[in-house]
Amino acid sequence: MTHQTSHHIPDALMAAYVSGTLPRPFALVVASHVSMCDDCRANLHAHEAAGGAVLESIGEERLSGDLRSKVMGALDDAFDMAPEPAPAKRSGVFPGPVMEALKGQPPKWKRLGGGVRQCILDMGAEGSARLLHIPAGNPVPEHSHGGLELTLVLQGGFSDTTGHFDVGDVEVADGDLEHVPVADMEVDCICLAATDAPLRFSSLMPRILQPFFAI
Amino acid sequence: MLRINDDLIAAEKSAHPEPSTGIATVRKAQRVAMMKNEAVYSEQTLWMLAIKNKRDKQAFGLLFDHFAPRLKGFVIRAGAPAGQAEDIVQDVMLSVWRKAHLFDPERAQVSSWIYQIARNRQIDIIRKEGRPMPEALKAEQDEAEPDAGQVLAMEQEADVLREALDRLNPDQRDMIEKAYLGELTHSDIADATGLPLGTIKSRIRLGLERLRHELKDLR
Repeated sequence: MTHQTSHHIPDALMAAYVSGTLPRPFALVVASHVSMCDDCRANLHAHEAAGGAVLESIGEERLSGDLRSKVMGALDDAFDMAPEPAPAKRSGVFPGPVMEALKGQPPKWKRLGGGVRQCILDMGAEGSARLLHIPAGNPVPEHSHGGLELTLVLQGGFSDTTGHFDVGDVEVADGDLEHVPVADMEVDCICLAATDAPLRFSSLMPRILQPFFAI
Repeated sequence: MLRINDDLIAAEKSAHPEPSTGIATVRKAQRVAMMKNEAVYSEQTLWMLAIKNKRDKQAFGLLFDHFAPRLKGFVIRAGAPAGQAEDIVQDVMLSVWRKAHLFDPERAQVSSWIYQIARNRQIDIIRKEGRPMPEALKAEQDEAEPDAGQVLAMEQEADVLREALDRLNPDQRDMIEKAYLGELTHSDIADATGLPLGTIKSRIRLGLERLRHELKDLR
């Protein structure tokens, strides 16, 4: 599967992903995008190499006298040479990390109004990640968000004031952006969207409904 | 192009039929290659390959002596209580031994590979769930020798990166260390003006270009 991706993961997010500080919902978007984008996979390797350079150049700490012999002595302990547990595989438009979050099952869509459907993948203190299904030509209800929002296109495409996004593209929207993404006409749009703060819809109805839809 | 492979090692063995450990034969292979004026892998890569291919304890000892004191410094800087630091170092070094068969010198430098094991270990301690990982690339079926050109390109990057890090001013270097030690959030990193992420990364060219090329063939 090849994509000409034009909107990628910014370096700050990639560095945070590599060092493990990126909130889980965003890490899901990064892992999914990397699964679809060779440039970002190479960039991920670059950041891991930078982490390795930091490890190499960091000050050494003196070890306790018996640590080496303890470790050398444990080398003969039995251990499993099994391969790493294989990450989930892509299924249809859903990359492996999304399938992992779906526990291998197809998404269970819930109606969100305006023909838009969602399936929540992750909801917790660190934020939320969800799949959105937007009928061709339809808008996602106008919304803003307190923090960062990452949206990865899995099928179709959408446009908003900042540009056009195709399969594999990531939109990085900060808290100030109030936007109305509109799905392309040709095919329904499916996205993976992650936020670190609740979405706030601008029109009255959806805001009233927010508690019911766990947005 | 040099390939430090079993043929070379076997040839060495027959030329010097003395009892020798894996690391000794690797060293000899290194000397032979140097006499022939060919490029050689770094010591770290040779140690890891000896561990991976021969379960060479002597090579592991050398790797331990190089990395364990750095790992201790690393995990303490990354916030591990002093009392736990050596437990983490022990876990990480044993993981290096036990996962050695997964080490692929075409994909990652030794330092980069150990960095990931160390970060994952510390993340495991903090969080219940590991972080989402990308799809694995289709693994090559044959157990072919690694491509020496690609391995050397990756090693060269590691050297160039370390030098680039050394040349940063102390503030910049501190920020880079904090970022990869997991002391900064993504917004801290994005907000840090003058954080030379681009400078650091632009030092990484050769190996990545080859890797990018290789990734395309794996699709």
